[in-house]
Amino acid sequence: MAEFKHKHIIALRDLSKEDIELLISTAESMREINSRDIKKVPTLRGKTIINLFYEASTRTRTSFEIAGKRLSADTVNITPSSSSATKGETLADTALNLLAMKPDIIVMRHAVSGSHYFLANKINCSIINAGDGAHEHPSQGLLDMLTMKDRFGRLDGLKVAIVGDITHSRVARSNIQGLTKLGSKVFLAGPPTMVPPGVERLGDVTVCGTMNEALQDADVVMMLRIQQERQGKTLMPNAREYSRYFGLNPNNIKLAKPNAMVMHPGPINRGVEMSSSMVDGDQSWILKQVENGVAVRMAMLYHVCGGELE
Amino acid sequence: MNLLIKNGRVIDPSQKIDGVMDVLVEDGLIKELGAGLAAPTGVETIDAAGKYVVPGLIDMHVHLRDPGLEYKEDIISGTKAAVAGGFTSICCMPNTKPVIDNKTVASYIINKAKAEGFCNVFPVGSITYGLSGDRMSEMGELKESGCVAVSDDGKPVGNSELMMRSLQYAAGIGIMVISHAEELELVGEGVMNEGFTSTELGLKGIPRVAEDIATARETLLAEYTGTPIHIAHVSTQASVRIIREAKARGVKVTCETAPHYFTLTDDAVRGYNTNAKMNPPLRESADVAAIKEGLKDGTIDAIATDHAPHHSDEKDVEFNLAMNGIIGLETSLPLSLGLVDEGVLTLNELIEKMSCNPSKILNLKRATLKAGSVADITLIDPTIEWVVETDKLASKSKNSPWLGQKLKGGAAATVVGGKLAYKR
Repeated sequence: MAEFKHKHIIALRDLSKEDIELLISTAESMREINSRDIKKVPTLRGKTIINLFYEASTRTRTSFEIAGKRLSADTVNITPSSSSATKGETLADTALNLLAMKPDIIVMRHAVSGSHYFLANKINCSIINAGDGAHEHPSQGLLDMLTMKDRFGRLDGLKVAIVGDITHSRVARSNIQGLTKLGSKVFLAGPPTMVPPGVERLGDVTVCGTMNEALQDADVVMMLRIQQERQGKTLMPNAREYSRYFGLNPNNIKLAKPNAMVMHPGPINRGVEMSSSMVDGDQSWILKQVENGVAVRMAMLYHVCGGELE
Repeated sequence: MNLLIKNGRVIDPSQKIDGVMDVLVEDGLIKELGAGLAAPTGVETIDAAGKYVVPGLIDMHVHLRDPGLEYKEDIISGTKAAVAGGFTSICCMPNTKPVIDNKTVASYIINKAKAEGFCNVFPVGSITYGLSGDRMSEMGELKESGCVAVSDDGKPVGNSELMMRSLQYAAGIGIMVISHAEELELVGEGVMNEGFTSTELGLKGIPRVAEDIATARETLLAEYTGTPIHIAHVSTQASVRIIREAKARGVKVTCETAPHYFTLTDDAVRGYNTNAKMNPPLRESADVAAIKEGLKDGTIDAIATDHAPHHSDEKDVEFNLAMNGIIGLETSLPLSLGLVDEGVLTLNELIEKMSCNPSKILNLKRATLKAGSVADITLIDPTIEWVVETDKLASKSKNSPWLGQKLKGGAAATVVGGKLAYKR
């Protein structure tokens, strides 16, 4: 088996095709643990993992916590409301104080892009990025790819449509970085106010003029969360009109390949970026994404610890 | 103390002189230029063979942080950095605490610089009281207290009427208005140039047009009122074009750029390097090319540093939280000499942009080696190679994107008012 040489996992941009394949295949084998009656292995026994979440998160934080616990690591959760952040302590000071308690891994979510690189220069434990600003969300990218691989058995040559606010989406960036490295083609659609300049230069990426164009013959349709509070006043008129042009529904899904996968990183605005019938329908892989999230995060924790599978 | 600077290549655009000769300084003034001057008794002689001897360099855009923000820089450390970089005069921006919007603060700076500084300091007062953006400062008093210009540098005067009236009022008093051209609504929460790099790094971009719109407004206001205006830190292709066109129409607009805008692109931000974070932000290669073109064809009149010292606590943080700005006094000359090596500027043109034009724009009455004038002289060593290192920088702050890099050229000696203020 190939060797994983990275101490941190901050961005899929920093990983090679082989690194990504290794993480996905490890995740595939981790899934077996999650289906056992006793869902625990001693792999990371004695390791301490701190989940440091500067932004609210339910899914990702819980998923990392369960992943750590299933590998027998001790996990501690810190959220801003209960931490020193509200007392005006800098990120570096918080991290150095946590480091003094000898954690093996810090899993962090932070609103500022690049914060994990900043931290990696200051501390000597492993860092896993659970989302930084609009930069990357590598565990989400990996779990999305694992879910696609479940369906297609491969990740090369897929046509993946990503629809929504690309500019502010770390999920989109991690998927673009990962999928294009593994040989898939990414088609983006969103209002021009939400498509960042030069995004087509990130890999085999095509920016489409309309959502229909992106959906055409797609193997995978990934919808992004639209946030009225973020896209606010200047990026779109309102959720109603957004939904009209960039919402997924039983009609426009027909443009995609028959039985194409429908994905969403959550949380979903039902009736905005996708209709409830799409969320709950046969083509939806959304809950499978969440399920795979635990296995992917187990694989990430396992590899940054440099351990060996029993 | 009297000085004889021997055998240097004297370049003085004010007299159209370029040749190897000696410069004799007596009682703080230029006494004589000529070949083979004899050293009167008691005169210190400086061998300038292989060096350029030029009118003292002038940096018309410096943040000295004194009063109020002395933990970043003060008048002593800032002027020390200035002479180490070859500058004999600097103009300091008014965003101090308190703001330079009254005689007391202006006088404090002038007096402290005279008593303890290493070079001439000309304060720039604020356009609006307290940099509030809502009413004019007492520009008359500011001028009488020694301010050479007014500017709200660091932020624009957003209210177009107030800007127009300020231009008119300042023209009546005879003080230059320096504009920080930026449309804040387009900047929003942006932290770097909007482009491919911001897309890849997931950082909020600042579109170039935020600067361009403001530059256009300023030139149109100056055209309408028939008054002069100086645009600070020009960084974009379109701003250069707008200023070029305005000049062609006879608008009394001048402008400056800074060395980082003709040497770096937003690629320098990669790695979330906060020492590449400034405002305006580093742009793209097409902008760098346009800045060079503007320098070459005379659209851009001056090179100024926008020396903006910040404490490491303000830079060694997450990218979005880092303060804008970099220090520049000690790296400007080598970086600008690069323009001569590249063939963008002649040496004579470079001296114009780093000395004569700033003096002309702000009416400083410096930048000449004519007999009888104040002996502000810079000796430039064009060949020396040196590495930018934190412990060797005179500035209190070390926020430079060139740390650890080797630069070529620099000040060999800096003479301020006839006194040797710096010698390498």
